[in-house]
Amino acid sequence: MAGNATEPVIEVNEATVRFGKLTAVDRLSLRVDHGEVFGLLGPNGSGKTTLIRALCGLIPLAGGSARVLGHDASREAEAIRSTIGYMSQKFSLYEDLTARENMDFYAGIYGLNVSEARVRQSELVERLGLGPYLDRWSGRLSGGWKQRLALACALLHRPRLVFLDEPTAGIDPVARRDLWDLLFQLAAEDVTLFVTTHYMDEAERCGRVGYISLGHLLAVGTPEELKHWPGVTPSGTRRLEISGGDIAALLGRLRDHPAVRQATIFGQAIHALVDNEVTPESLGLGAAQVRQAEPSLEDVFVTLSRAQQQAPNGGGS
Amino acid sequence: MIRKGLSIKRLVSVTRKEVIHILRDPATLFFAVVIPVLELLMLGYAIDTNVRHVRTIVFDEARTQESRALLRRFENAEDFSIVGEVFTDRDLGEALVSGRARVGIKVPENYSRRLQAGQTGQVLILVDGSESSVAAEAVNVSNAIALSESLDRLVAGRALPVEARPRVLFNPDTRSPNFFIPGLLVVLCQMMAMMLTANAIVREKEKGTLEQLFMTPVRASELMVGKMLPYLGFTVLEFCGIALLMNTIFGVPIRGNFLTLLAIALPFFLAMLGVGLWISTRAQTRDASLQMAMGTVIPSIFLSGYVFPLDSMPTFFRYLAQAVPTTWMIDASRGVILRGAGWAELWPNAAVLSGMAVLALVSSTAMFRKRVS
Ligand SMILES: Nc1ncnc2c1ncn2[C@@H]1O[C@H](COP(=O)(O)OP(=O)(O)OP(=O)(O)O)[C@@H](O)[C@H]1O
Ligand SMILES: [Mg+2]
Repeated sequence: MAGNATEPVIEVNEATVRFGKLTAVDRLSLRVDHGEVFGLLGPNGSGKTTLIRALCGLIPLAGGSARVLGHDASREAEAIRSTIGYMSQKFSLYEDLTARENMDFYAGIYGLNVSEARVRQSELVERLGLGPYLDRWSGRLSGGWKQRLALACALLHRPRLVFLDEPTAGIDPVARRDLWDLLFQLAAEDVTLFVTTHYMDEAERCGRVGYISLGHLLAVGTPEELKHWPGVTPSGTRRLEISGGDIAALLGRLRDHPAVRQATIFGQAIHALVDNEVTPESLGLGAAQVRQAEPSLEDVFVTLSRAQQQAPNGGGS
Repeated sequence: MIRKGLSIKRLVSVTRKEVIHILRDPATLFFAVVIPVLELLMLGYAIDTNVRHVRTIVFDEARTQESRALLRRFENAEDFSIVGEVFTDRDLGEALVSGRARVGIKVPENYSRRLQAGQTGQVLILVDGSESSVAAEAVNVSNAIALSESLDRLVAGRALPVEARPRVLFNPDTRSPNFFIPGLLVVLCQMMAMMLTANAIVREKEKGTLEQLFMTPVRASELMVGKMLPYLGFTVLEFCGIALLMNTIFGVPIRGNFLTLLAIALPFFLAMLGVGLWISTRAQTRDASLQMAMGTVIPSIFLSGYVFPLDSMPTFFRYLAQAVPTTWMIDASRGVILRGAGWAELWPNAAVLSGMAVLALVSSTAMFRKRVS
């Protein structure tokens, strides 16, 4: 039996996935340990979904290796598939089946026997609050409930690792928070979670975060580690948060200023990376308030992407 | 790596889900149940190719006892039905051009005079050739009528020296429904089996549900068999239903054992379902799969001997037809229903169809497996 507490749950070594000429995942290495909540971020088309598919043995690796729960992804895909849960990016349960029928179907597919299935289903229904929706066609549920149902189906067989591909895309903030609360409960029960997302606040909640762009994993670490990565705030520079006044006009002025390396709007404020010598007065900010700021995760990812674009070979760590 | 056989639990789950899909999709149900019955009724009535009651117009210029006797013969023949009488050549021509009648009979004014003078009495039969089978039949029957009228006059009451008495076996009334419906039965079931299964996997591809399934331990073979079972059930029901209609509404008797026919049909259905699934794994969209299914069904129908008799095909096509399952099934269907054939005559059909079924199922499953991983 594979998967004792010390062995990594996911171990990827120099894995490469190609679609014809396109390299969707490029020599990617990664390790996720038991009980972690691992977040994978990256722009559209960066290879997040492809990586997950490759880890489940759905797409063959063109190079390198991947082990999931102690099984080789290319040779032992079936063993992997019976011990993982998967929630795809797009709702992919049967819309013309009721919530209950969908759960019954997946219980059968995972080989649960009838009494086992009944116990597990009522447990999940209670936990996810699905009770009132059991007899509705799943296609007619709202986004948040669809996601919960999909999660329930993915958890029926008590998987030890769950892949969630953008589980909160397109659902409202309250439903989003509820779903994350559920994910943390799962993590507390020793289930390892591999989550992709485009939301920074979700990334902040993950134990560790990886940032992938153009198939390259550019950085991995806890959110704190990433923020203090020296590349984000190079020596001789500092980060300022500028608020108040006409934000749009200020942004234009900052971007034209030679000593400003980056300037981005965050809600009601501008985050700017400026040379140390520059004083707020010399930037001509007028009445705007200026204070020293910590880099956010978004700053980190913006910096990483820019660095990748400027690198001569278009990528690589 | 562990490779157990099929898991019955997974198989049953897939089948049950598929049945729910079918029952909840009114369009599919309509397509599966109502359309074949409508087609049967439409085609069953329409494809009566025996020529009967051809609209006929007469122009009796002679107006004598002899001319009336001749016309009565035409009237009594089932093939013609006299729809009117005209009194000029112009009107006769017009009736044919306008399509009011397909056949025009003109008995000329001198008909009786010539007969009495021992000369040949000529009758003009105008036939609309735009429908070839009607025209050919009308020409034959009119010749026969003229001949028997002549004979009657010549032999005048004595016995005929020779008389041929053809007896058509198996389909004594040479009714064309008897010939066509056993074939139609096969063709309708084939269409349904293929159209439904051609959808079965593409639908999941289009909706994205297949990706979720691929992330579970379900096997390609379990998906295939699980999806096939409900469609097999549907097709068998359809087959029995159409056979019942054939027997009751169209009065086609089933001379052999229907269970024998059903047993031979089973591998045929499996082969069709296999081809449907094969299409379904290849196609990326439902439209594409439907087109591929149609593109397979139509040539197989034309080759199968359902429309054109095999014996009248060029040699190459006759051999090609042997590779089409429909050919073997239609032959078996006509054999059991019309000729009362049994296992002794039809075992080769059953054997060939079984081989074809195995081939179709194995290759479609192999095809599917390649695409899973
Ligand atoms: N089956 C496929 N065939 C060919 N190219 C593919 C296939 N699947 C993905 N790609 C390509 O691989 C790249 C990575 O795609 P992927 O779906 O993994 O991105 P992603 O990070 O999940 O993006 P998103 O945030 O939009 O979901 C893209 O350029 C995509 O076009
Ligand atoms: Mg994706």
